[in-house]
Amino acid sequence: MIGSISRRGILAIYTVIILVPLTVVIFGSFKSTPELFEGPFSFPQSLAPTNFAEVISGQNMGKSFMNSVIVTLVSVPLTLFLASLAGYAVARIRGFWSAAIFGFLVLGMAIPAQANMVPLYVLFGRLGLLDNLTGLILANVVSTLPIAVFILGGFMRTLPQELYEASSIDGTGPWKTYSSIVMPLSTPSLAAAGIFLFVIHWNELLYPLLFVRSPENRTLPLALLSFQGEFQTNYPLLFSGVILASLPVVLAYIFLQRYFVAGITSGATKG
Amino acid sequence: MSVNIGGTSSVAKADKSPPTPSNRNGRRRSPTRINPVLYLFPLPAVVLTMFFMVLPTLQAFQYALTDWNGFSAAFNYVGLDNFVRAFTNDSLFANALTNNLKFMLVVVIAQTAFSLMLALLLTKNSRSSVALRAIFFFPTILSSVSVAFIWKFIYDPNFGLANSVLGGIGLEGLQGSYLGNDAQALYWVAVTQVWFHAGQMMVVYVAGLQAIPRELYEAAEMDGANKWERFKTITWPFVAPATAIVVAYTTIQSFKAFDLILGIAGNPPKQSLDILSTRIYSTFANSDFGYAAAQSIIFMAMIALVTWLQRRLLRLTTKGE
Repeated sequence: MIGSISRRGILAIYTVIILVPLTVVIFGSFKSTPELFEGPFSFPQSLAPTNFAEVISGQNMGKSFMNSVIVTLVSVPLTLFLASLAGYAVARIRGFWSAAIFGFLVLGMAIPAQANMVPLYVLFGRLGLLDNLTGLILANVVSTLPIAVFILGGFMRTLPQELYEASSIDGTGPWKTYSSIVMPLSTPSLAAAGIFLFVIHWNELLYPLLFVRSPENRTLPLALLSFQGEFQTNYPLLFSGVILASLPVVLAYIFLQRYFVAGITSGATKG
Repeated sequence: MSVNIGGTSSVAKADKSPPTPSNRNGRRRSPTRINPVLYLFPLPAVVLTMFFMVLPTLQAFQYALTDWNGFSAAFNYVGLDNFVRAFTNDSLFANALTNNLKFMLVVVIAQTAFSLMLALLLTKNSRSSVALRAIFFFPTILSSVSVAFIWKFIYDPNFGLANSVLGGIGLEGLQGSYLGNDAQALYWVAVTQVWFHAGQMMVVYVAGLQAIPRELYEAAEMDGANKWERFKTITWPFVAPATAIVVAYTTIQSFKAFDLILGIAGNPPKQSLDILSTRIYSTFANSDFGYAAAQSIIFMAMIALVTWLQRRLLRLTTKGE
């Protein structure tokens, strides 16, 4: 009895701790600074999107939004494509070479991005990949290949070996087997990995911070970060930036929730 | 005598042993020929990983031995000077290292305990549990900079949520300046980090908890085991694999809390909020490339060491009967 009351109490308090700040942010994004400070919890007096307009056109966040869309739309499918090719080969080949290739590709999970940022910056500089979206895409793909190979390769290894053998007896080439058998069967793990990559690439801050110099090449997280110095306590403006930057991921979360939990957990399980 | 005994036994073994390997071979289906084209499939991934991950990481070791500033053509090999400097002659690095270890320790303990508690409360797949899990998981999908801004407002000493809630319920005495208080700032960021990721770790624990057979608890209850005994002898050992994942992931998160710190404290962060990854970035931004590379290697070694220690510790606490 007492146990169940305290259980409810704990859950209720934590729900408030999660939801109240989020509500304050949503309400606050429609307020002026004095209005926010006077009553952070109150419903906004006007729903005119003044702050959003200021952030999008005045602060050029519309451009950053487009950059984030481009970078994410290219990085995620490209990573999935390269990782699924590798994962399929690893699942089919078996034996020493399979283990060697898988081990080599997955090894990168142990290397934190901050560890090789200096040489990577130098290399990207030589290749003309600093301060453009191509460089950001390449950095995203390379840094998440290990985890994508881990998730996809791990899943494809659980597909029955007979499946692969049957198609090679039929004389079906590896490309055909990959595109018409393995990929359709791997949809659940592709969805999970895709969501995981979407969240990581959309929110990526280190590489833009490292590589991008020109404001017109900023992605959303970097644009947001640059607000922090400019608008110290103009929270309504910061909040509308936060909402804009989070909107696509939040919408996806609402509609694809189970893939999120599966994807982000499978991402976590490899650490 | 002894020779005889030894002989018979070895014969007996010899009789039995040959069929075993051949049996194993026989049982394995002869693999169909693998199309050599298949070996080309992993090639793009392997080449990219080689050139943009493995080689740069190896190169960090080379840079770490130099005094290169990043743009001049000339540099000198300075042996292990950069490492000596980091450990003996750089109070900023020592400060970041200490901060990072404190932050890691607090976050790992708090987040592991809290996410396990949430998971224990929400193990069942009832409608309300599923809904609450979705709410608690939500912050994980936000960007670190977004989370940082939300909490900057909560912690704002003049207009922030925390102080206005405390003022509203008559607890003015507990109001503080949070991030403005250098002795506490790091711990307030730790609170933010737990809010950010506890829901994600809760999901890992829920999966672990749901795999525990119910009969074990029923049997233990019949034996008169109390709640704590049941937790200690059944739950904790059974969720050990989940704990290993949670602890390892949380550790790496707390070493990489780079985005969160920059968002909440600005770039570069003040000393009381400087951690290893932000320190490496500052060293790099000051064009001290050789030294930044040495710091990254220490950073990598530190993560490896801490992860190894935790595994040992975890094995000790879950080994018992």
